Amino acid sequence: MSEDDGLVQTFEITGGDFNRAGRVSIQIKDLLKEIGIEPEIILRAAIVAYEAEMNVVMYAQKGHFQVSLTPASIRMIVQDEGAGIPDIGLALQEGYSTASNAMREMGFGAGMGLPNIKKNADQFEIVSEVGIGTRLDIVLYLNKAKKE
Amino acid sequence: MSQYYHSIRVNPEKCHGRMRCLRICPTQAIRVRNGKATKIEERCIDCGECINVCPSGAIVPQTDLFGELTRFRHTVAIPSPALYAQFGREILPGKILGGLKKLGFDDAFDLAYTCGEVSFAIQEYLREYRGPKPLISNVCPTIVRLIQVKYPGLIDLIIPINTPREIAAKNIKQKKAKQYGLPEKEIGAFYITPCPVKMISIKQPAEKGKSHLDGALSITDVYGPLLSAMEGVEKESYRKALESICILGMGWAMVGGMSRTLRLKNSLAVSGLTEIIKVFDDIERGKLRDIDFVEAYSCAQGCCGGSLTVENVYSSHNKILKLIETLEFEKIKACPDIRQVRKLYAEKYFFLERKIEPRPLTPLDEDLSRAIKKRKEKDEVYKLLPKIDCGACGSPDCLTFAEDVVLGQAETDDCVFIRIEKHEGQKHHRETQS
Repeated sequence: MSEDDGLVQTFEITGGDFNRAGRVSIQIKDLLKEIGIEPEIILRAAIVAYEAEMNVVMYAQKGHFQVSLTPASIRMIVQDEGAGIPDIGLALQEGYSTASNAMREMGFGAGMGLPNIKKNADQFEIVSEVGIGTRLDIVLYLNKAKKE
Repeated sequence: MSQYYHSIRVNPEKCHGRMRCLRICPTQAIRVRNGKATKIEERCIDCGECINVCPSGAIVPQTDLFGELTRFRHTVAIPSPALYAQFGREILPGKILGGLKKLGFDDAFDLAYTCGEVSFAIQEYLREYRGPKPLISNVCPTIVRLIQVKYPGLIDLIIPINTPREIAAKNIKQKKAKQYGLPEKEIGAFYITPCPVKMISIKQPAEKGKSHLDGALSITDVYGPLLSAMEGVEKESYRKALESICILGMGWAMVGGMSRTLRLKNSLAVSGLTEIIKVFDDIERGKLRDIDFVEAYSCAQGCCGGSLTVENVYSSHNKILKLIETLEFEKIKACPDIRQVRKLYAEKYFFLERKIEPRPLTPLDEDLSRAIKKRKEKDEVYKLLPKIDCGACGSPDCLTFAEDVVLGQAETDDCVFIRIEKHEGQKHHRETQS
């Protein structure tokens, strides 16, 4: 089945909008439940979607979240316009965070976002340019229950 | 017979199709067809929200009547601590249990004591547990069903400790059978319930075993007769009556009570379905990992807020709180002996007899490609709709209506707005033709 046969949904995310933060991941999760995806994969997808969404809310002005679903995979592409990440290797380390104190007080910025995405995805690519923005390309396979 | 037993029925004769239930149902289980509410059994989690809002009294909880007692040689009443919450410090549990015996039960058992034991057992379990967190309490059957149906991914977070009502019923029946030389099936154990959902946990336990309880009578049905029956019960001294109360068990009548009396450092107490759904969404997204335990009740304020209680919810919540404060002030210790509980815990006395399995809703299609196709169709139908969720089509909101259309359970023409548009279009067509 080609990508064209899949279901594509897009969402716009506003940076700094903590009021609405988290809604995209709930919609994605509900979508996967309707389709009948296995609960274990839904859990991983929900975590990935939430962390990706929160990265935009916390560090970018705005972002575009696209999810495409085929019988083989869930793919999430998140493109933001924001600060960008100077050192991706460092950002992928658990516990590394550039979150402000205010964000930490709200319970965010534990430095688990990107590592969490990497851990729960089957494929994960990240491209970032300082001052321009970041692009995440995340794939979860549907035909095997667990990432090997 | 339907696959699922439900403790809530719609009486079509009384139903006027006023759609309050349609809008409030948290799992979109109700449709109004031909002017009458109907339920999609698979979706219903027996929360009872529809009973509370129905202006016609057409949605009826199914509980047992006193007549059921005659089926047994020996009967025991096991009241939910929410019954104590109806009276608070004015009438203490000893007297309430005495009143129940006068009502025709051969015995009445203080469930708060077992709740206390189970509190300790939960504490033990939390202490040695190293798996994913937070664990979720299972005392409210609606919560268990909500997880089975809408949050199947969280099923392993349900704490595998059995509920006090089941543990108590099992224990009592064994003891009574021995004491009276009767077979266990001749002993009837009846729960006095604050809500209809306990009825389904009796008729169809979530873990698919068999309940040790034989039925449930509602607090609303018991309340009146109990008031008169208690008049004749001899009063104990206040201090003595207080000392017989298990403070740990009292907490089970209200949300947060368990965490408070156990002094859990890292737990959340949540009540009311909308709030619970927010918390479960967060857990599903990987938040709240640092929380050990979530005490969750479908009814606002916990069991004292059940739809089959009599006293005002906030008043009964306050009554339990004051009773707990009094016990704390008087330094009355919890009655179950923790060493005894630890011994029983080690013998697996408190654990659920079976595993709770998920029961996810039927997807749009069993086949993944077709399900995706139908989901796209649903989006297409949804685009045509007014998105004001008027409910006139009989589905709770436009999105659910779009799904009903795709599943062949409704037609786009059932939407009044689409009908009007069509009609206008035809009129316009005729006018331009002439």
